[in-house]
Amino acid sequence: MNKIRNNRAWLLILPMLLLVAFSAIIPLMTVVNYSVQDVFDAHTRFFTGTEWFEATLNDRDLQAALLRQFAFSFTVLAIEVPLGIGIALLMPKRGWQASAVLVLVTLPLLIPWNVVGSIWQIFTRGDIGLMGVGLRGMGYGYSITSSAVDAWATIVLMDVWHWTPLIALLCYSGLRAIPEAYYQAARIDRASKWSVFRYIQLPKLTNVLVIGILLRFMHSFMIYAEPFVLTGGGPGSSTTFLSQSLTTMAIAQQDLGPSAAFSLIYFLIILLVCWVFYTAIMNMQKEKYHGES
Amino acid sequence: MTNAKPTTPEAVNQQAAKEAARRRRRSRTALRRWRPKLLLGAYLLFVLLPIYWLLNMSFQSNSEILGQFSFVPQDITLEHYMKIFTDSSWYMGYVNSLIYVLINMLISILVALPAAYAFSRFQFIGDKHLFFWLLTNLMAPPAVFLLPYFQLYYTVGLFDTHVAVALAHCLFNIPLAVWILEGFMSSVPKEIDETAFIDGYSFPRFFVKIFIPMIRSGIGVTLFFLFMFSWVELLLARTLTSTGAQPIASVMTRTSTASGVDWGTLAAAGVLTILPGIFVVYFVRNHIAKGFALGRT
Repeated sequence: MNKIRNNRAWLLILPMLLLVAFSAIIPLMTVVNYSVQDVFDAHTRFFTGTEWFEATLNDRDLQAALLRQFAFSFTVLAIEVPLGIGIALLMPKRGWQASAVLVLVTLPLLIPWNVVGSIWQIFTRGDIGLMGVGLRGMGYGYSITSSAVDAWATIVLMDVWHWTPLIALLCYSGLRAIPEAYYQAARIDRASKWSVFRYIQLPKLTNVLVIGILLRFMHSFMIYAEPFVLTGGGPGSSTTFLSQSLTTMAIAQQDLGPSAAFSLIYFLIILLVCWVFYTAIMNMQKEKYHGES
Repeated sequence: MTNAKPTTPEAVNQQAAKEAARRRRRSRTALRRWRPKLLLGAYLLFVLLPIYWLLNMSFQSNSEILGQFSFVPQDITLEHYMKIFTDSSWYMGYVNSLIYVLINMLISILVALPAAYAFSRFQFIGDKHLFFWLLTNLMAPPAVFLLPYFQLYYTVGLFDTHVAVALAHCLFNIPLAVWILEGFMSSVPKEIDETAFIDGYSFPRFFVKIFIPMIRSGIGVTLFFLFMFSWVELLLARTLTSTGAQPIASVMTRTSTASGVDWGTLAAAGVLTILPGIFVVYFVRNHIAKGFALGRT
C-alpha cells in the first residue's frame, strides 16, 4: 500500500509515545546513568567510565551464564520449531474438534509463568509427582535437585510444553491461509505429501515462522520465573540463566553499577541477535524473489 | 484369477504370501489413516498430564498427597479451595491481578489504536525508526528494568498501586498492540477511508463509526494478547507491589514456609489461575487462528 506523506500523523502517535517513553526511556537512562558511576549513597558517587563494563565482560560466572543461556535458547528452538510445525499439520481444520483442539493447545500459554514452574515442580518431584515417581519406578534415579542433567532436561521439557503451542498456533494460522486450489493443483500433479509440504506449505509459513522464531528467541533469552520456581538455578549454578544472575545481582546484592552495565550488555545481545536474524531472513527472501523474476 | 484353487505346494505358498502381504498393506493404510490422530492425541496427553496432576493434587488433603501415591483423589476434599475463597489476603490476590490486567488492557488499546492507524496509513519523518524502536521494547528483558522501575514508581508515589503495574506492563504491551493492530489495519483497503472522507465524515467520527467496527476481530485478538502477556508476567508485578496491590503470583509464594510446602493450597491456587485464561480463550476461539498470525499471513 502506498502511504500518504503527512507529518501530522505524529499527533496520532504522541499519546503512545509519551506512555512508552515514561516506561522505557526514563528507566533506561537510569540504567545508563548507574552503569558509569559508583554509587555509595544518595550524595556520594564517582564517575567510573567503562570500568563496570570491563568487569562484567571478564566475569567468569556471567560468561558461563551467557553460554548456558545460548545453549538453552538454541536447544528449545531446535525442538519447538519442528514440533510446532508438525502439530500444526496434525490439527483438525474444521468442526467442533478444531475448536476443542485449539483451546487445549492454547492452554499452556495462558498460565502465569510462576504457576508453570509450580506445575512442573509438583509433576516432577520424586515423592509426589507423576513423572518423578514414574521414572523412579522404572529404575532411573531421577532427581532435579542433585543431577544437573536431569534439571536441564526437565527445564527444556517444561519450555517445550509451555511454548510449542505458540509456534503451533502461528503455523496453524499460516496453513489456514493457503487457498484450497493450491492443494487441488497438487493432487492433479500427483504431488507427494512431502513435496506438498516443501513447495506449498513451507513457503507460506515463512512469514509466521519468522515472527515465531523471533518471539521464541526473545522470550527464551529472558526466561526467569519458570526455572526460578522449578530448580532455583541449581543444582550448583547449572540452570542459572542471565535474568536470574541479574536479579540476584541487582536486588539481593544491590550492586547498582555492575548490574546496570550487565543489563545494558544483556539488552544489546538480544537486540543484536534479533537484528542479525531479521536481516538475514529478509535478505534471503529478497534474493529468492530476484532469482524468480 | 487368484481365487482358483492352487494345485502345487509352491503355488499354495505363493498365494499365502500374497494374502499376507495384502493384509499387511491394509493394516498399514489403516495405521496411516489413524497416525495423525494418534500423534495429536499423544501431544495433547503431554499437554494435559501436568495440568491433570495439578488438579488431582488440589482435591487431595495434604496428608494424602504426602502419605500415598494415587492417580485420582481417594477422598475428594475442597478444603484448599475453601481456604482461598474465605481468606481475603488470598482472593484479593486474584482481584488485584485482574484489576491491573484490565487497566493495562484499557490504556494499551486506547493509545495503540491511533498509533497503529498512523503507522499503517501515513508516511512521516522517522516512521521506520520509531517502529523499530517500539519493537526493541518488546525485546527488553524485564529484569533489566527492575531496579529503575522500583525507584521511578517509588519517587512518583505510585509504588504498590494497580496503576504502577499496569503502566509497567505497557512497556511490552503497547508495542505488541501497535504491531498486531498495524497488521490488521493494513489489510483494510485505503479506499474506505477516502470514500468516508468524501462523504463528509470527520476523522474521529470515521474512526469510531466505520473503521473500528471493520477491524473488530483484530481488536478482539489484540485484547486477548494483552490479557495473556499481562496476566502471566510475574517479575515486574511482584517487584512493584507489597501489600496493597499484591498479585496472586506473589501471594502463592506464601505456601512454602519453614515447616514445608502446603502443596494442596499451591495446587488449588494454580488451578484457579488457569481458569481466567480458559474463559478468555473461549471468547476468541473463532478468531484465534487468524489472530496468531498477527494479521500477516
